Amino acid sequence: MKKSVILGALTVAGLAAGAAGAATLDDVKARGTLNCGVTTGVPGFAEPDANGVWQGFDVAVCRAVAAAVLGDGNAVEFVPTTGKTRFTALASGEIDMLARNTTWTFSRDVDLKFEFTGVNYYDGQGFMVPKDLGVTSAKELDGATVCIQTGTTTELNLADFFRSNGISYEPVPIETGSEAVQLFTAGSCDVYTTDRSALAAQRANFANPDDYVVLPEVVSKEPLGPLVRHGDHEWGDIVRWTLNALITAEELGVTSDNISEMSMEAGNNPEINRLLGTEGTLGEMLGLDAEWAKRAIMVGGNYGEVFANNIGESTNIGLARGLNAQWTDGGLIYSPPFR
Amino acid sequence: MSDTHAQTVAFVRETQIPPAPPPATETGVIKWVRENLFSSWVNSILTILSIYFIVRGVIAVYPWFANGVWGTSDLATCRQILDGATGACFSVLQDRWRQMIFGIAYPDDQYWRPLLAFALLLVCVAPVLFSKLPRKLLILSALYPFLAYWLIWGGTIMIPIMVMVGFVAGYYAFTWAERASGFAAGLASFVVTASVVWFIGGLISGAMPGFIALQEVPSRDMGGFMLNMILGTICVSLSLPLGIVLALGRQSSMPIIKGICVVFIEFIRGVPLITLLFVANVVLAYFFPPGTNLDLILRVIIMITMFSAAYIAEVIRGGLAALPKGQYEAGDSLGLNYSQSMRLIILPQALKISIPGIVNVAVGLFKDTTLVSVISMFDLVGVLRGPILSSTAWTGIYWEAFGFAALLFFVVCYGISQYSQWLERQLRTDHR
Repeated sequence: MKKSVILGALTVAGLAAGAAGAATLDDVKARGTLNCGVTTGVPGFAEPDANGVWQGFDVAVCRAVAAAVLGDGNAVEFVPTTGKTRFTALASGEIDMLARNTTWTFSRDVDLKFEFTGVNYYDGQGFMVPKDLGVTSAKELDGATVCIQTGTTTELNLADFFRSNGISYEPVPIETGSEAVQLFTAGSCDVYTTDRSALAAQRANFANPDDYVVLPEVVSKEPLGPLVRHGDHEWGDIVRWTLNALITAEELGVTSDNISEMSMEAGNNPEINRLLGTEGTLGEMLGLDAEWAKRAIMVGGNYGEVFANNIGESTNIGLARGLNAQWTDGGLIYSPPFR
Repeated sequence: MSDTHAQTVAFVRETQIPPAPPPATETGVIKWVRENLFSSWVNSILTILSIYFIVRGVIAVYPWFANGVWGTSDLATCRQILDGATGACFSVLQDRWRQMIFGIAYPDDQYWRPLLAFALLLVCVAPVLFSKLPRKLLILSALYPFLAYWLIWGGTIMIPIMVMVGFVAGYYAFTWAERASGFAAGLASFVVTASVVWFIGGLISGAMPGFIALQEVPSRDMGGFMLNMILGTICVSLSLPLGIVLALGRQSSMPIIKGICVVFIEFIRGVPLITLLFVANVVLAYFFPPGTNLDLILRVIIMITMFSAAYIAEVIRGGLAALPKGQYEAGDSLGLNYSQSMRLIILPQALKISIPGIVNVAVGLFKDTTLVSVISMFDLVGVLRGPILSSTAWTGIYWEAFGFAALLFFVVCYGISQYSQWLERQLRTDHR
């Protein structure tokens, strides 16, 4: 509660303030912090550690944008949102961008008037069942009780999948992932369905992870990515190209270790030079300075480093790159060129 | 007579028998057990059954506590130490108690501020709760809200001081105008004077942001049990006076005032609290122009206060309705005006009758503050459901964390309930 609040409440002077409007970049710079919407907690993707510092794969995107725009990866105000409050928080201007396991769908992009600025994780919905159930395919789940998070695309995909296969199910609606785990391990539902990344992350922490299997079916495409409001394309470009900078950095072999060396002076690879601002005026076109991408990469490393440190195979979450490998390695992660 | 007696009776005792202890079955523990636990065969069966279930419960739960593991940094290590045995993993409390109490973002080195505010709360609320303490201490209670605001939110001390000056100035304007031309004029002059002072005060405190300033902590960083306490304390103390006003307004003979109060109470009572919270979080943001972001905590406080005020108003109306008409007439016949007769005769009796109901609402309200977790505020329940139970280290833990939360709430609610019973005994003037 700042003094402006008290005054605003008392004098309603705020009504005159109006027209702050479209230029999110100016707002963020004036404020000095980036308001970034994240989940209330998904292991590996966004979670505050014991000291209250937010960590995770989605959080890294927020930090990279903050570093690119404000020069400080810690100048982020993380706004926790639930599946129900995330879109209104973005639409009302409470947050500048949302980096929260949000699936890019037609209606969210077009009808809700948001702009997805890329995909930072290709996910798909899967099913987890106890081994005792003796099920090997999701098509055998006729009549099963299914734990499902409300307000998500998984809820709709589940209905689609069961309908198209002509089998029935009984949904057990739940609010958060941790409740789902509790209910599922306590046997309140036969099946737990959500994105496969989350299934893997949560299964890793079960008391007996080996008693549960993730079924082979992937029933949906879940391209997860950061999004911004419609109508401010300059801001959308900044978020989009910050993410692309992280991806391109991995492709070009720019890591947090060698970046300070590489950015000292223009090298032999012109695309690296353009990316790191030693050649060309890409930063200027975005309305930022030349070293924007360098700062973004230095916060948490390139896309591959961010992945490895937060959700990769060496972490508890233990996700393989799979679809999220660079296109050069047979994955889908692909950035348009920096030119 | 005595002669015959002396010859026919072989022995006459001439000293008193020393008092013997009562039979074993009529004294001490045995008597208590016989009377209370085994007084009839039905009760005996019930007693034995109860003992059986209690023992079973203790046997089931005891190892969970006894094997409790402390000091690990994640759930997996905890499970390794337990090695399959039943046992709690209390390390989560050790690892994350700071977040449970203060929320995830309140700066570590500033924890003394909410703690001091809490200690002062106990001190400053005492004169309100216990009428035997010296009345002058009430000044402390009046100062407390401003002090607590400054301690918890930080910033320059000028803001709370200016707000306080506004209230004081408004109060004097009120008494002056009320004496001159009645209650309504008094109220109007209160609003005008206070607004003017606040406006000037805003300019002054805006000009000197560093004057006796503590590190500023934004509302977003409040969380944990602290947030529940903040919401509970503020909303209860605001909704009580508001509820009294609404209850009196509903009884008023002036149709517009009565109408407003009835509509307000019935509307708020007809809407679930969750709906109001969603309105506070989601809908209000659309009404304000971009840039004027009315603080989320403030919005939530307004909504919860309105909600509980409507309930308290109905409780107090019940108290008012229970008073015999003679009490109102007694006030009139003494020549007291409206505010005097309310203050001196009606309300003291009506409020005394309403105590259990008010406390009921207060306890319910305090627990309802956990509902803010659904609008993604990190109160105690929110911080458990979100960051702690969904962290890589602690996913899968449940009972330990929620048991701790339940314990904290129980302590506070039980305290409130004990106080209200004590207060009822103190205020009892009949001869029951």
